[in-house]
Parts: sequence; C-alpha cells; structure tokens
Amino acid sequence: MTLDVDFGLQRGELHLDVAFAVAAGETLALVGPNGAGKSTCLAALAGLLGIARGHITLAGERLDDPARRLFVPPASRGVGVVFQEHRLFPHLGALDNVAFGLRARGSDRRSARTAAREWLRRVGLERHAAVLPRELSGGQAQRVALARALAAAPRLLLLDEPLSAVDASARLLLRRELRAHLAAFAGPRVVVAHDALDAFALADRVAVLEAGRIVQAGTVAEICERPRSRYVADLVGTNLLRGTVHDGVLRVGDGGTLVVSTPHEGAVIATVHPRAIALFRERPSGSPRNVWSAPVVGIEVAGDRVRVQLAGQVALVAEVTPAAVAELGLARSVAVWVALKATEIGVDPA
Amino acid sequence: MNARRRDLAALATLLPVVVATAFFVLPLLGLLLRAPWSRFLEQAGSPAVLDALWLSLLCSTSAAACSLLLGLPLAVWLAGGQGAVRAVVRVLVTLPMVLPPVVGGIALLVAYGRNGIVGGPLARWLDVALPFTTAGVVLAATYVSTPFFVLTVEAGLRSVDRRYADAAATLGAGPWHTFGRVTLPLVLPSLRAGLVVAWARALGEFGATITFAGNLAGHTRTLPLAVYVALESQPEAAVVTSLLLVVVSVGLLFLLRHRWWPSR
Repeated sequence: MTLDVDFGLQRGELHLDVAFAVAAGETLALVGPNGAGKSTCLAALAGLLGIARGHITLAGERLDDPARRLFVPPASRGVGVVFQEHRLFPHLGALDNVAFGLRARGSDRRSARTAAREWLRRVGLERHAAVLPRELSGGQAQRVALARALAAAPRLLLLDEPLSAVDASARLLLRRELRAHLAAFAGPRVVVAHDALDAFALADRVAVLEAGRIVQAGTVAEICERPRSRYVADLVGTNLLRGTVHDGVLRVGDGGTLVVSTPHEGAVIATVHPRAIALFRERPSGSPRNVWSAPVVGIEVAGDRVRVQLAGQVALVAEVTPAAVAELGLARSVAVWVALKATEIGVDPA
Repeated sequence: MNARRRDLAALATLLPVVVATAFFVLPLLGLLLRAPWSRFLEQAGSPAVLDALWLSLLCSTSAAACSLLLGLPLAVWLAGGQGAVRAVVRVLVTLPMVLPPVVGGIALLVAYGRNGIVGGPLARWLDVALPFTTAGVVLAATYVSTPFFVLTVEAGLRSVDRRYADAAATLGAGPWHTFGRVTLPLVLPSLRAGLVVAWARALGEFGATITFAGNLAGHTRTLPLAVYVALESQPEAAVVTSLLLVVVSVGLLFLLRHRWWPSR
C-alpha cells in the first residue's frame, strides 16, 4: 500500500508542486519554513483541497486526478488526519471523539464505544473517557486526536505538526510515544514537522519544502550531511556556504576566502559542521590552513552546546561547550581567533 | 480641585445613562402603580383574559415551531456560501422584520386570503381558509417572526468553525452525519436563542394578526389584541393584561439570560 503523488495546486500566493512516494510502513517528514505549503500538501492528500494538476494515488487507487475528472471525497478516502490544532469536537468527550469515525461508518454505539475505549487505553487516557476537549492538556488532546484518527482504521495517516501544541517538558515523552504509534501503523505516514528534531526523530525520510517545491529529499542522514539550502542548513545546524572554488581556494559569496581540499572547480556548496570550527583567544599555531580573527555577534544555548555566531571574513556558526564559553570569555562583540581545517569543509558542486 | 473635576466628569458621563434607564423603567413603573392590585387576580383570571393568554401561548409556540421548520433549511443554505442569489433571498426573507406589520398583514391577505393568489385555490379546491382563523394567527406570527430565527441561526452557523466539518469528513462522516452530529450540536445555542426571539416576536405580534386574522374572541384575539380591545372599554383590564405580558416577557428574558449576561 504505497502513497504515490505528483500534483500541483494554486492557493493564494502559494503555488504548490510536489512529487513523492511513501511506502507502507514508512514515515515521510515534510519540513520547511512557514508558508512553504506543508499543511496545504496534507489538505490535498486528505481531499480537503482539490488539486489542479497531476494525481494522488493510494494503494493503486486514484484518489484525485483532475485530468480524468476523478475526485474521491475525504469521507471515502480512508485518510486519517491528526490536525495541528487537533480539532477535537468540543461538545463530545474524549471517548465519543474517538468513537466518531466508527459511528460515522455505521458501527452501533456500543461496539464503537468499546473499540474507542481500547484506543484510549492504548494512548494512556482510559480514565479521561468523559473529559471534554477543553479540559484536556495539549499533550492529552494530541493523544486523543491520534487515537481518533487511528480508530477510524485509515489507510494513510497524516500528522500536521503533531508536537507543536505540547510544552517542552512533555515533548520528549510524546515524541517517543508517537514514534511507537507510527511504527504500529501499517500504512504510509506523512508527518509535517516544523522542528528538525521532530522530523528526524519520527521519520525515515525527509522532504524539504520551500515555496511550494521540494528542494531536497532523502534519508535523515543524507540531509544532515549535505543540506542543500540555507533553510535546511539552519534546520540541521550545519553551516552552508555558496561560492566558487578556484585552485583550492573557496571564495564565498560575500567576499571571504577559505582554503579547501577538493578536486572541484567553479560554483560549489560548501558545508562546515559547527563542531569542526575551533575558537581560540590567541592566534593558534600549527596546521590549520584557515585561521582568522572574527567578532562574536551572537551566543545561543542549544541543549548542552552553545552556538556562537561569528562575523568576519566568513560568517559561520560554531558550536562549543559552555565551559569553553567561560574559558574563552566569549561575549557579543568580543573578537576570537577562528581555526578551520581545510579537510573539514565539505564541498559539493552547486 | 482635580478630584472635584473628576467627580463632575463622572457625573456628566453618568447622567445620560440615568436618563436612558429612566426612560425605559418609568413606563413599567407606571403599569405597576396603576394596576388595580386589589382586583388583580379577579381581572387576570377572567375568562376573556385567560382565553387570550392561552391563545397567545398556543399561537406563538406554533409560530416558533413553524419558524424552525421553515427557517432552519433556509438558514443552513444562507450560511452555506456567499453570492448575489443568497443576498437577494436574505433581503426578501428578512423584509418582514422592517416592514410595518399592517403592511405585512395586507400582503398576507392578498396572497393567502380567500381571494388571494394562493388562498383562492386553497379555498376553492381544498376548502381551506386561513384568514380569521387560529391558523391564520399562526401564519401571520410565523411571517413576522421567522426572519429573526433565520438571521440568528445563520449568524450562529457562520460562526461554527468549518474545520470541524472537515475533521468529521476525514473520519468518514458524510454531510448528513456531519450536520447532525457536529454542526447542529455546535449551533445549538444559536438555535435556542433564535427560537426564543421568534417566539417573543410572535407573542407581541399585533398589526399583521389583526389585519389578516381579525379580532375574534377565542379564535384570533391574542393577548395584544385583548389589551387593545380592553383599552377602549375597561382601561383597568388593559393594564392587568399588559402586566401579564410583562411577566411572560420577563420569563423570556430569564430564558435568554446567557445572551445578555457577560459570560464567565
């Protein structure tokens, strides 16, 4: 049961045009900046928006194909959706929300409720059967929304930023739970993620959407290694430099140069992992080919690491330990020496 | 000096409020002061008043029910989109709200009267006559009260989040299931409010009723008509009947209290 899509649609300013396939048992994460068309893409898959061109095919069945005037309405698609704002029916308790899909398909009240109770138990909320959505916490509402979508026995599961309405402390646990529920769902799954960590924790493959197009797709490892746009690089935390290489010297777009080790010539995309950048108080001696002085323009704590934004001949982000920050006396507008080995700079033809 | 100026300013803003409140309270107070309290029960319990009260309650409840039947599909359709056709239909349907009720009554006579464009064939072939019958009272009341129901419910339907219906669709619910199990429960407060407003409008209906249904004691003489009749011969009874209507209206406001009270 594979999801196979290739479609285009226009919605306001956004022109969405995407093609991808998701196999049964596989999770694809759609990531991208706000307004890139991620939620619009999900709405088209669910049948809440019609497409203008192409097709949406699930398990060999055409769900949407405007050229053949074919459109399967959302109620007949068997596509389960966990909406970003959950959209739990406010007048129904958790149990009746979960039972809704079964009732809609003609189950009698009793068997629908029995099945719904089992789903609530699976998401750990059997005690909240009668609780109205407005009395649920963000994490609980998310679990009920997931149970509601799964209880309707969909063939394809769509999740729109499933962890965005959850506070940070509950996020880790919920992410792990969600991963388990996704693994238990046999069909293809598509997850929209705003946060790279969520995408990479939940998905097997990632498609990066920018301004309605997929700019990069691949496994999580592939994308982390070789981000192809500024957005993806920021997302995965890698420095991304566009420039030209001539005789082993990379000239970056805004003027600085770096010695690189590559056979390529001409336009390239260079990646520098933030942890490959070393910072010093005094000018370091030794082998690094690239050494320069740069002012610190920003310091940001990210988990157990500190991300240091550097201006200077090449703008980069370095990652150091909090101890190093203290040792080096790092602060905004303090100048530091930057050292970067030529071999630490990944170079790909642009 | 400053404090005094502030007090004056506060007084200046309060004064119009007091005047406006007095404007509405004084007539009520007048009714209470002029009521023949010693003979109140006797007057209010007279067969003529009780008949009119019963007829009023019967007719306004029937009219509210008719508003629901006629108005709900209309409101659903009106709330279902934009466009010129809907705008025109909305104007036509809500016209009775602004039309002088007497004009409404005459229009009803022309349409549903014995010689009316619909009433004529009805009388000739089915032997059904609406004017000067209790059914005619209900018809007149429905005519003037349904617009209130339609507008209230349409506004309610429009405020119901369309995204819940979308969510229901992804769960496999067809349009009827979605309407019955999602939209209708969510719009219930508006539905209730629309019914109460329609009922109230029907209860107070006078002009269209007297024009279309006449003023036959026991058949078409509702409470407002009884007040009008009493005013000419026995002003005391008119005051008593009016107070009765005030009591019913206060009860109504109580039913609608959630609409006026600031919500918690």
